[in-house]
Amino acid sequence: MPDARLAFAVGVLALVVVAALAAPLLAPHHPLEQNLLASLLPPLGLAGADPLYPLGTDSLGRDVLSRLLFGTRVALTVALVAATLAGLLGTALGLLAGWLGGWVDELISRLVEIWMSFPPVLLSIVLVAVIGAGLHAVIIAIVIVDWTRFCRVVRAEVQTQKARDYVAAARMLGLGRWRTLWSEVLPNLAPLLLVLLTLEMGIAVIVEAILSFVGLSVASDYPTWGGLIAEGRAVVYQAPWLMALPMLCIVTLVLAFNLLGDGLKDRLDPVLRR
Amino acid sequence: MAPRFLLRRLLLVPPTLLGVAVIVFVLLRVVPGDPIAMMIPPGAGQEDIDRLRQHYGLDGPLLRQFVAWLGDLARGDLGTSISLRHGVLGLILDRLPATLELALMALVIATMLGFGAALLAAYWAGRWPERAVDAVTGFTQAVPDFLWGLGFILMLGVLLPLLPISGRLDPRQPHEFATGFFLLESLLRLRLGEAAHLFRHALLPATTLALPLAAMIARVLKAALLEALAQDYAQMAAALGYSRRRVLLVEALRNALVPTVSLTAVQVTFLIGGTVLVERIFAWPGIGNMAIGAVIDRDLPLIQGLVLTFALLFILLNLAVDAVILWLDPRLRHA
Repeated sequence: MPDARLAFAVGVLALVVVAALAAPLLAPHHPLEQNLLASLLPPLGLAGADPLYPLGTDSLGRDVLSRLLFGTRVALTVALVAATLAGLLGTALGLLAGWLGGWVDELISRLVEIWMSFPPVLLSIVLVAVIGAGLHAVIIAIVIVDWTRFCRVVRAEVQTQKARDYVAAARMLGLGRWRTLWSEVLPNLAPLLLVLLTLEMGIAVIVEAILSFVGLSVASDYPTWGGLIAEGRAVVYQAPWLMALPMLCIVTLVLAFNLLGDGLKDRLDPVLRR
Repeated sequence: MAPRFLLRRLLLVPPTLLGVAVIVFVLLRVVPGDPIAMMIPPGAGQEDIDRLRQHYGLDGPLLRQFVAWLGDLARGDLGTSISLRHGVLGLILDRLPATLELALMALVIATMLGFGAALLAAYWAGRWPERAVDAVTGFTQAVPDFLWGLGFILMLGVLLPLLPISGRLDPRQPHEFATGFFLLESLLRLRLGEAAHLFRHALLPATTLALPLAAMIARVLKAALLEALAQDYAQMAAALGYSRRRVLLVEALRNALVPTVSLTAVQVTFLIGGTVLVERIFAWPGIGNMAIGAVIDRDLPLIQGLVLTFALLFILLNLAVDAVILWLDPRLRHA
């Protein structure tokens, strides 16, 4: 049965991947090329638009479409890398806490609790302050702030699985402790992890947009969606579309990641699938 | 018991702050990038650099720097901002009221919206108003405050220009304030036109800040109210003929407050954390906006001062929340 959510999500993500990979080919202009005689042009469809600039220009006369296309590169890189790393770290610690229990669980759970009492935006800004602005700093900040999301859920799920008969059966068959975790328990967590991962990708897109909006992401001459929003914010009364277009991109991509997670959850759950 | 508990928590404030100070100090010293190197003009000699280093307390071994910094701190001297060339304490005190006023207004808005929604949903439990409230709170929580703020700017600031979207007040408006708490001061002095002007400026940023907390309050309070309504005392009151409104407002609400306050307390500290982004979006002249500028400029003394200020605010806010819970819950008071 084709799922409308999955179809939308996969469609959007495919478009974004193509846009990111082929940005130099697709973009009608260089994203930094200025044309001061054609500044603040509106997108096609509004009065005064220029077909050379389908989505209009910013205050320096740079092509908005080209800048949005190049912006997908940062958004997608951060979404994939940061979410995967946060997932690996959080899952590893969650597995340890849930599987071993005892003082390890105590230690990791306490750490998660302390971690989650910090406001995430403030924590990521302080982290970027320490690491120094840049793409790697954004990724590290997201990983350090968001691993707790995975850790909490994985820990709880491992505890549930640990009490199941199949785990006892595997141990009785002579499988080692770690072998059981790796080859018996982990596959059962895979659907859950996949869903968490897609949700985290959406979150990472937002956090990257926030950090580039405040000027703490990649160098300011490289186009990012958050950076475009900040530039649009400065001229919002003259050219509201400069802020609206990158916002639309962010909302669409985040929605796609969330719907992918929702769709996968139903698809991968054997009970719901039937 | 209760006062002693609070006193003990109060006594823990200075050591906690000291811990934060140590962490911040060490973290910021191990970072790459020399803030002094960025401020010297080309052609400055080594002596000039050394003098600047000394001036900003960035010379000598780390431990000595730390002791000197701590000594200054104890005297209330937070050092001098590198980018703004002013005393850090003065800069922060200048900006702090704007942030506090914004957070306070957000707290009021969140409480009003959250309580209103929860009472509405609990009064018409199982009917369409409850489902509507559930849908709205779900949507509110799904959209991050970053997008709420930007959406408000586009919709209520530009497309339908109802409200101002930048700053605390129109700079062209003549104004004179004795304190930094502009809105509270103009209200107290009964300068109502001015208060309305300030209120309009604060409305969008405060609402943006308030929405996540409002949704959280609405959800938790609704659940607690429904639970309280199912208890014997509420059923009893209803059986005795009290109206549903009275049972809800008098019997259920008081008992639903305790779980609501303790569950939403975490979110209140997030309110202060959220000011950083919201102030940036709405060009609000508070310490959150200043913190981002300080990070971009790598202004070590200012970052240190601001992190300490935020830490102090968090600690005091948590303390206040504990006090409120103690006051609300008689079981804890007599424990």
